Amino acid sequence: MDSQTAIDIALKFAAITVAFVVVLLVVAYTVLAERRVLGFIQGRLGPNRVGPGGMLQPFADLLKFILKEDIVPDKSTRFVYFLAPVIATMAALMTMIVYPFGPEIPIPFTDIVIPLTVARFDVALLYVLGITSVGVYGIMLAGWSSNNKYSLMGGLRASAQMISYELGLGLSLIGIILLAGTLDLARIVELQSGWHGFRWFIFFHPLGFVIYMIAAIAETNRVPFDLPEAETELVAGFHTEYSAMKFALFFLAEYINMFTVSMLATTLFLGGWNVPFAEDIFGRPSFMFGLVSAIGFLLKVIFFLFLYIWLRGTLPRFRFDQLMNFGWKILLPFALLSIFITATLIFLFPNSF
Amino acid sequence: MLVFFFILFGAMAIGCALAVVAQRNPLYSAISLIGVFISLACLYVMLAAPFIAAVQVIVYAGAIMVLVVFVIMLLNVEEEERRRPRLRFLVPAAIALAGVLIAEAAFILVSVQESRVVPTSSTSDVGLTQSIGSALFTQYLLPFEITSILLLMAIVGAMTLARRGALLPGRDQSKRSD
Repeated sequence: MDSQTAIDIALKFAAITVAFVVVLLVVAYTVLAERRVLGFIQGRLGPNRVGPGGMLQPFADLLKFILKEDIVPDKSTRFVYFLAPVIATMAALMTMIVYPFGPEIPIPFTDIVIPLTVARFDVALLYVLGITSVGVYGIMLAGWSSNNKYSLMGGLRASAQMISYELGLGLSLIGIILLAGTLDLARIVELQSGWHGFRWFIFFHPLGFVIYMIAAIAETNRVPFDLPEAETELVAGFHTEYSAMKFALFFLAEYINMFTVSMLATTLFLGGWNVPFAEDIFGRPSFMFGLVSAIGFLLKVIFFLFLYIWLRGTLPRFRFDQLMNFGWKILLPFALLSIFITATLIFLFPNSF
Repeated sequence: MLVFFFILFGAMAIGCALAVVAQRNPLYSAISLIGVFISLACLYVMLAAPFIAAVQVIVYAGAIMVLVVFVIMLLNVEEEERRRPRLRFLVPAAIALAGVLIAEAAFILVSVQESRVVPTSSTSDVGLTQSIGSALFTQYLLPFEITSILLLMAIVGAMTLARRGALLPGRDQSKRSD
């Protein structure tokens, strides 16, 4: 191994570390934002005592999770019980390396160009779908290994739900692949930079966007699809028997998954890092353009995260049979319809796409 | 570097494959099988076939094995107790068949090393999305369509089998309960 390869590997490690730290920070503050926004929706204040305006609450929570007693059920299947939270968190974190967080940023006064993507490869979108589908095992195995009826039922429900809604999710993305003609996320974002940075795929594939959003909420087991952890029926679902840091890992995985599907929605439907008119004002490539684009990307993702919290404060929960009927009998046919419409339009007007 | 990763993932694949057979608990076997599929996907990535690797993970690890684990969890299969195998004659047969398989693999390895044909280039486009897509929809269109019809028939067949109880409620459900 020569020194150039070693430097490349070290740079990749640094990039992955930076991406993970940024993601974990955003996730920590999403948790705080959720508690505060839910507080305001329900006419109360939410956590506001730790630090200015409650800004240090995530770190206090983390400390609490670390210091709590770690209880392992006596009759649990030890190895799988320990493996499950690791799988859930790893699968959630592993997709972070493919998202284009912004365009290439040239650092002023030097000729260094920093790409805001950790890795760029041919099948990035399939990679995301593959890793997400492996994440189901974390929940399934947690439910099974706890040796608890509620956990088992929660795990079964969660996996049934995730398998069912994965179909709608995957099918809603086919239209985007048809429009872009590639699976490379960076290329998909580049293709949306026409019309002064406003040529977003949501305008060509609106039905797919609606289906994607519904399926994504179900994939992340959030309200109104949070049947796997319905307190009134299942105590806490698959993580009933998990405490301390192992519970924190599941918690973390759920919020990272929220962040992931928000980033995927932004990248595929809302133009990724394309900010309207940014290229006309700052020119390209320039440092300001890169900065504005990266901030634009983050703002779009935060909009989706807010949407999640908003829904949680607004909607009641589905019943399990309603959930399955909705997924298979409504979402799936509409996803097929959206593919049909988009494919027909591309076939009839091949020049306008 | 490549050799290191090849040995790593190859060893992972073989180790997991041995665990699939050796484990007594069906769920552990299933988890080991997932490990086999993921190590195979890593090997595909090293062969510059990222599309095949992604599909390997999505289809096998993400869909088929989820269903297998699901069924194991639903049936709550108990750990199989160690007992003497009833079909004793299968043991020598299995050993003989394994010997044939290893001999075949060795023959292929030797003949590959002896052949004078050099690979055209180090990086092929066999495993890329574009080449697979264009090959599937031009050269191999008929096999592709026949496979999809076969899968459709399998789905319809499974539906028919599953619905039989619902169509004849009286007798079939009482049979099913035991």
